[in-house]
Amino acid sequence: MFVVVEMVDTVRIPPWNFHRQLNDAIAEELNKKLANKVVYNVGLCICLYDITKLEDSYIFPGDGASHTKVHFRYVVFHPFLDEILVGKIKYCSQEGVHVSLGFFDDILIPPESLQQPAKFDEAEQVWVWEYETDEGAHDLYMDQGEEIRFRVVDELFLDTSPTGPTTDPEKESPYTLMASISEPGLGLLSWWSN
Amino acid sequence: MRGVLFLPDGLQARTLTECTMEVRDANAAMLSNFEVYQLLIELKEKRKEMVKNKHSTGQQNLNTIMYETLKYLSKTPCSHQSPENVKDFLTAMLPHKLTKAEKLQLLNHRPKTAVEIQLMVEESEERLSEDQIEELIQKVTEILPGDPQQEEGAPGDAEMDANADQ
Repeated sequence: MFVVVEMVDTVRIPPWNFHRQLNDAIAEELNKKLANKVVYNVGLCICLYDITKLEDSYIFPGDGASHTKVHFRYVVFHPFLDEILVGKIKYCSQEGVHVSLGFFDDILIPPESLQQPAKFDEAEQVWVWEYETDEGAHDLYMDQGEEIRFRVVDELFLDTSPTGPTTDPEKESPYTLMASISEPGLGLLSWWSN
Repeated sequence: MRGVLFLPDGLQARTLTECTMEVRDANAAMLSNFEVYQLLIELKEKRKEMVKNKHSTGQQNLNTIMYETLKYLSKTPCSHQSPENVKDFLTAMLPHKLTKAEKLQLLNHRPKTAVEIQLMVEESEERLSEDQIEELIQKVTEILPGDPQQEEGAPGDAEMDANADQ
């Protein structure tokens, strides 16, 4: 679920950090800029992997800080298509089952990708798998906090850069994963453990 | 400080336009959960030593993501793995001709049942016989360490079930 991404960026080190080792100061600035942030079409950045190349540092007139072009690699959360992951159910809604990994929250299993037949229990706000056996139907509830195994079927990157004062500040997620549990072995871990 | 150059105005404009961040390769390499786990633990140790200097508020994002990711990974099989386990596992997987992605999933999940193997190996019905699937489960559970607490619990449960049957 994690990949290494090669990036290049110019890092600004303010004068009060000149006493520090350049590598450490740059690592800190890169982590400050990227950690826990989503880069469009790349994924959720976790932490710096390493610095591969440091170019010369420049000081520009009017700014006492140094600017250094850095080639580095970053650890990014970006599951591949069809990857199997395990998470916890955050909550259920009409849109489907919302799953979280703790460090990443925006995973949605839409109703059509649940084990079928499934129904939404309005009273308890929970999706239910109406599991049929010869003895009759068992209702298997998808409760909050339950561990769930799912397959990543799609990803959605949204550019959430600020546009202007007129647009409604909607809580759009910059990176959402669509998942499915419609195969044997997928769904709550408790459904498949002997 | 290495190589600091003071530029005259003429060159300033050109260099500043190269300031935007660039992604050179969005998929340079895949990392196993084990590698990320090790990296985060090392980083945590390094940062503990640097706490004496200062704890700037800008570090909060890194703290949050490190804490949450470590919390998640510590509950997965990678937290019990060692570099030797991973090497032995990859060697044992050679004859099965699995793709990198398939081996990675087996390494990260340590599947114990056939149904899990079938989820992670594409077209498993055509590529693996039942015996081969059993062989994979054997190798995976033998080479990769499991959760010590869970493994201890299992024989105990079997005993309890036997008593219940009586």
